Amino acid sequence: MRVAETGEGMGAQHESITNTILAAAEAGEAGGASMPDPMHQFEIKRLVPIELFGIDASFTNSSLWMLIAVALVAGFFILSMRGRALVPTRTQSVAELAYEFVASMVRDNVGTEGMRYFPFIFTLFMFILAANMLGMVPYSFTVTSHIIVTFALAAVVFIGVTVIGFIRHGLGFLRFFVPSGVPAPMLVLLVPIELISYLTRPMSLSVRLFANMMAGHTMLKVFGGFVVGLGILGGWAPLAFMVAFTGLEVLVAFLQAYVFAVLTCLYLNDALHMHH
Amino acid sequence: MPQLEIGDFAPQLVWLAISFITLYVLMARVALPRIGDVLNQRRERIDRDIAEAERLKAETERALQAYERELAEARARAHKIAREAREKLDAEVAGERAKVEAEIAAKMAEAEARIAEAKAKAMAEVDEIAREAASAIVAQLISVPVAGDELEKALAPAKSGTPAFAAIK
Repeated sequence: MRVAETGEGMGAQHESITNTILAAAEAGEAGGASMPDPMHQFEIKRLVPIELFGIDASFTNSSLWMLIAVALVAGFFILSMRGRALVPTRTQSVAELAYEFVASMVRDNVGTEGMRYFPFIFTLFMFILAANMLGMVPYSFTVTSHIIVTFALAAVVFIGVTVIGFIRHGLGFLRFFVPSGVPAPMLVLLVPIELISYLTRPMSLSVRLFANMMAGHTMLKVFGGFVVGLGILGGWAPLAFMVAFTGLEVLVAFLQAYVFAVLTCLYLNDALHMHH
Repeated sequence: MPQLEIGDFAPQLVWLAISFITLYVLMARVALPRIGDVLNQRRERIDRDIAEAERLKAETERALQAYERELAEARARAHKIAREAREKLDAEVAGERAKVEAEIAAKMAEAEARIAEAKAKAMAEVDEIAREAASAIVAQLISVPVAGDELEKALAPAKSGTPAFAAIK
């Protein structure tokens, strides 16, 4: 694989944990125990049914939390820069820090030409970060725990990057799939592999984020059920675990937003510079 | 799994598009240019301040050099003035001394001349006294007046330092 898939290991691990938990939960339900369904939290609820041009555009709980994320991010970055002070206030320096963080990520991974796409990557990072972090609030809804949302974001990145590649290099962008310095017979094998690895990018990008979010929240829910189920006497052990695991989940929430943004940068770098 | 509910895809996609585009526009048009402006302004300001500080430092160094140069010049001038004063003073003292010495020498010469004169006069008187004494002694001894010439002849050896007997004999 061309790119260092930093989050892959964690995603896979989470997925396997999720499967075990799901199996356990189903077994519990079959046994008649009153365990809360850990998947219930991911249900989409239509708050305001809307239909536009035959498309179901209902305002759902997911929509609500997307808008909350947008309001939070936009509100923070616009209000904190209200003063535009040369010597920043506390909130302004946080906003500047976030700006510099993403800007240096783009500069380091894509180079200065990549700064044209900086607003997009910044928005992407902030949107995913806000959605992930809001998901940590109890009773909230995690927007990024739905594969369709993460896949849509990954598809935008994938299509955008591919279009940029073709605009930049014309048909020469196809040489990206032909590794240099490889004997011709090997190309028969390598070109399809390169092509497949390129085409699976949106899958890996979206599944990584979605699986991490879903697995983490399912796990928290399951252990929350254990705390209630075991009562005041035995509930302390899963509670202690949950406290630690919540800390880990906050880290994962940040890390997955970062990984998504960094991989977007790397894909963009491939399209702009065609490095092998 | 609620995530695989195909019917829920459309509303999520619609609202994702709405919210993401809204956020993108707000970030790209409002928030990020503001932050970028502030960061640029700050960078420019810092660069300007550093340049200004360097300029001032250079100026200070120049001023310091000028000051030291002037100090050195002033010191050299002071040395020169001191030396000149000393030389002038030395010359004056030497002149004074030469004059005084000359005066002293003149006075000394005058005194010596006077002494010599007095001595000569005294010597002449001594001759006279010697002659008178000699004639008196001869008159007393032999009661014969002695002629001036004889007396001179007899006294000449004594005057020239020769014992008197030799001449008399």
